[in-house]
Amino acid sequence: MLSLIIFLPLLGAVALVVIPRLDGAAARWLWVVVAAADLALVTGLWLAYEPPGAGRLAFEERARWIPGVDSSYHVGVDGLSLPLMAMTAVIFLACAVFALRDQDRPRTRAALFLFLQSVSLGLFAAADLILFFLFFDLSIVGMYFVIAGWGHGDRGRSAMKFFLYTFLGSLSLLAGFIGLYVAAEPHTFDMVELAEQTPLDGSPTAGGLVLAAILLGLAVKTPTVPFHTWLPPAHTDAPAVGSAVLAGVLLKMGTYGFVRIAMPMLPEAWRAWAWVVLVVGIVSVVYGALVALAQTDLKRMIAYTSVNHMGYVVLAVGAAGILTEGTAQARSVAVTGAVTQMVSHGLITAALFLLVGVFWERAGTYDLGSYGGLAGPAPRLATLFALGAFASLGLPGLSGFIAEFQVFAGSIAVAPVTAIALVGLLLTAALFLRALQRLFSGPTDGASRGFGDLRPAELWSVAPLLALSLLIGVLPRPLLGVVEPAADLVVQLVGR
Amino acid sequence: MSQSTAETALWLLVLLPALVGAALTLLRPQRAAVTASLVTAGVTAALALFVSVTGPQVGVPFMAGSHLALGVDPLSALVVPTIAVVTLLVLLFSAGEIQRSRARFHGLMLLFAAGALLTATAQTLPALLLAWEVMGATSFALVGFWWHEQRRVRAGTTAFLVTRAADLGLYLAGGAALAGGGGLALTDLSAADDAWRHVLAGGVLVAALGKAAQLPFSFWLSRAMEGPSPVSALLHSAAMVAMGGYLLLRTEPLLASTGWAGPAAAWVGASTALLLGAVALAQQDLKQLLAASTSAQLGFVVMGAGLGTVGGGAAHLVAHASTKALLFLAAGAWLNALGTKHLTGLRGVARRWPLVGWASTLGVLSLAGVAPLALWATKDAVLAAALARSPWLFAVGMAAAALSAAYSGRILLAVWGRVPAQDRTRVKEHLDEEQPGTGHIGLLERLPMLALALGAVTLGLLALPPVGDTFARALGEEPAHPGMAEMAGSAGIALLMLALVWWRPPPRPRLARHWLGLETAARTTVVVPTLALARALARFDDRVLDRGVGAMAVGAISVARQVAAVDDHRVDGLVEGLAARVRRLGQVARRPQSGQLHHYYVQAVAVLVVGVLLLLTVR
Repeated sequence: MLSLIIFLPLLGAVALVVIPRLDGAAARWLWVVVAAADLALVTGLWLAYEPPGAGRLAFEERARWIPGVDSSYHVGVDGLSLPLMAMTAVIFLACAVFALRDQDRPRTRAALFLFLQSVSLGLFAAADLILFFLFFDLSIVGMYFVIAGWGHGDRGRSAMKFFLYTFLGSLSLLAGFIGLYVAAEPHTFDMVELAEQTPLDGSPTAGGLVLAAILLGLAVKTPTVPFHTWLPPAHTDAPAVGSAVLAGVLLKMGTYGFVRIAMPMLPEAWRAWAWVVLVVGIVSVVYGALVALAQTDLKRMIAYTSVNHMGYVVLAVGAAGILTEGTAQARSVAVTGAVTQMVSHGLITAALFLLVGVFWERAGTYDLGSYGGLAGPAPRLATLFALGAFASLGLPGLSGFIAEFQVFAGSIAVAPVTAIALVGLLLTAALFLRALQRLFSGPTDGASRGFGDLRPAELWSVAPLLALSLLIGVLPRPLLGVVEPAADLVVQLVGR
Repeated sequence: MSQSTAETALWLLVLLPALVGAALTLLRPQRAAVTASLVTAGVTAALALFVSVTGPQVGVPFMAGSHLALGVDPLSALVVPTIAVVTLLVLLFSAGEIQRSRARFHGLMLLFAAGALLTATAQTLPALLLAWEVMGATSFALVGFWWHEQRRVRAGTTAFLVTRAADLGLYLAGGAALAGGGGLALTDLSAADDAWRHVLAGGVLVAALGKAAQLPFSFWLSRAMEGPSPVSALLHSAAMVAMGGYLLLRTEPLLASTGWAGPAAAWVGASTALLLGAVALAQQDLKQLLAASTSAQLGFVVMGAGLGTVGGGAAHLVAHASTKALLFLAAGAWLNALGTKHLTGLRGVARRWPLVGWASTLGVLSLAGVAPLALWATKDAVLAAALARSPWLFAVGMAAAALSAAYSGRILLAVWGRVPAQDRTRVKEHLDEEQPGTGHIGLLERLPMLALALGAVTLGLLALPPVGDTFARALGEEPAHPGMAEMAGSAGIALLMLALVWWRPPPRPRLARHWLGLETAARTTVVVPTLALARALARFDDRVLDRGVGAMAVGAISVARQVAAVDDHRVDGLVEGLAARVRRLGQVARRPQSGQLHHYYVQAVAVLVVGVLLLLTVR
């Protein structure tokens, strides 16, 4: 079942490539159908899911792959990966629907995105470091072609920068993985076994170095300050659907690595360096928000808010490594908040980037100053954008609040210094309200004149994403019920 | 009536206006909007009365180990119906006044009311924060309702940002509650560990002061006047601002348990009542005057919470809600009819529409603290508690009360005063200055004012025996009665101040006219430096960090070029050189191979000679 979910999109991609004389419309609809089928399967998985318990995975599948280094095709899900897989399936379906009207080489694009979907789902389900690394790198390759092939502006350069930067990060990650393999006795790349063995506990230097290598790789992908400068150009020049997947899904691969690999496999080193992670988180939150506030380009602004939002995740996982008496519950709340933030940011930012794509498609500019009074000609865009903006600034009733309240409540209880990052909440509010004000209020002027409102494909791709954010914001239990046991486990593993 | 009916009613109390409001905002059915909104508000008011009698408690699991819990206790039993009824009356008024974008307006107002109702019934910190910020966000949308004019949206932004800055206190409180071990339920907050309890109280206090527009946050309320008048009527009376005061009343045990938070609240409240009273006195714009007066009157509520007289504070909150909603509706009706809210422009307006004139006069007299109207009794209940605590606090409170009489006098003077012949043109200049006046106040606008006027007259009973005593006992307080002398004294001062203002116009100091310069101060000390820092960091990001990464790439390329050069010239040169030498060696070795026999013989002889010589010497 799990392998079917992972590889169904890839089958679709292959079909798109090999079926002769497939016209554009058929290719676009095939993409939608495959993405919808995959989402249905993931939903089924969610409904059948039971928390697997410590040291186990649900829906586990294992096959021989490279026995020489004890690396196998090993996949499975738990409360950390299942929500991210569901989010991935939702975002890719939204992208498929959004692209229904786009005529630009639809067949290749659909195949490329289905390939990316398989890669992303595979990464979140992977229980073997080599498998994880394979999917991690393939995601970079796929996104390179999306930006370079369907982007605009200085797309070649941005794509190259994205590729080289994140690829370099992945090499550091690989070095760390090899370090874990070498230290493990018997040598293995299996993630479940490594989490059980914690091979580098008791050797602080080696543990610290391996953690540093892994953290560097994840920090580039997440991205955290100061490794974030590939993000704004990549987003600015990527097509709307590319940005949605990049921000919504690919960034999560970095943060997911923290809770899936770094924390359970290197608990001692994590505890020793938790303060560093925490400080990087705080800096990312404040710095990302401030730089976003100064942007005049809408898409760059939203790209920088990703640095801010991922900062909350980093801050929370950092706090989870600071063991003080009687804070186990608070640390668990922080990790739950971090995972919720990954899902929430995926949904909200994907929605915002799709909407920003509408700006480019209609008027060919992201410049905030070029618009004004858009609420007149485009009321639906205004409503959805406002909803997305409020979701992104963490308004209660939407998913961002559920995530950020838990991140802060948990982190402040463990490390009061994290209260500094609260200012991030205010700054994001300021920058989004300013953007709303500039884009939508005042007399209808400049690029706003003759601006067409959302078309059905645009509406029906963005609205479900925000509806899900609203659902999580009002009724968080179905999500938190899955995440909380897994977060408890992570906290236990780090506390060993 | 079974328990489950009451519980369902409590859920519906919040969900009904929230769902209908969301539907109206998103779907915008212009025709059905007003009917749907009024029916919803009516049912909500009935539900509010029902739950305030039955007092149910409900909850579902939410997050961080806490519930999304709602409940009605004696305090919320008073406040919940106030919110619901004022909402209904304001929406009735809006049905007459708001003619454009009705669905969006009524939808947002219902959402706003739902936020206020959830705030008033919330039993846990996450539930409270949810409601609290939804109120803030809808207030942004409502203040900036006429989005064609950018300054109105900007005012909404100011309102949201200032209140959100204060709201961060509640996030901090969440962390403190979790760390303190007391749990996230509002009733458990005072059970937190010692150090964390102080953090908790500080966080809650700041958040409440922000929403209640107390010092130093008051200025956002001035900007919020950009919103339509019905928005002000609800925002100032029963929702948003009032909820700031309400939160302090609800968490009074927490404030009291710290030792410092109670007195701090009392002093901030008293200072706000005094200083914003002075601001109100200096205003020329009726809505600005009323806005400053809201801050000042909420100061008494905050003072009550700080002094531990929850009953007195709550009574003042409710009486003020009725009074202030009435006055904002009157101001809105006049603005709509005459196109001005300037006090000079409104000269004699009460004579032109006597019903509105008399209703609003009752409200103004209540605001002035004239006996036996509502705010006279409720304010004295708070002041009595102040006298018991500190004579200084009492003196500040009394001065603030005198100021409220003075600014009320200015309104009375404006709306009843006759226009002297030489001033006619000055008054006329103000007409239609904001918008073209309709010259008309409809029935839908007038009816709600009558109901609210009734409240402005009678709600003082909540602070007087016997109703006040019953209420105080329900809250678990000992009923306290202000002395007859104080009450008579305060009523006397009110009348005196009214007469004084009628006799001579009061001074209008510059600082007070500009709301104490609070907004300018916030702009220069917070906003401008933050924006400058943001721009500096953005430059740093582009020019240092990003260029650093670019430089590394360029560096990598230049290293590659150098390595390539080394590869070309050195490594390959070495190989080429070796090859050349081998070639030359080959050439040298080829020369003896001439193909002529005599050369070979000579070579053989030479080799033999060398060989023999070698043999001889080596031996």
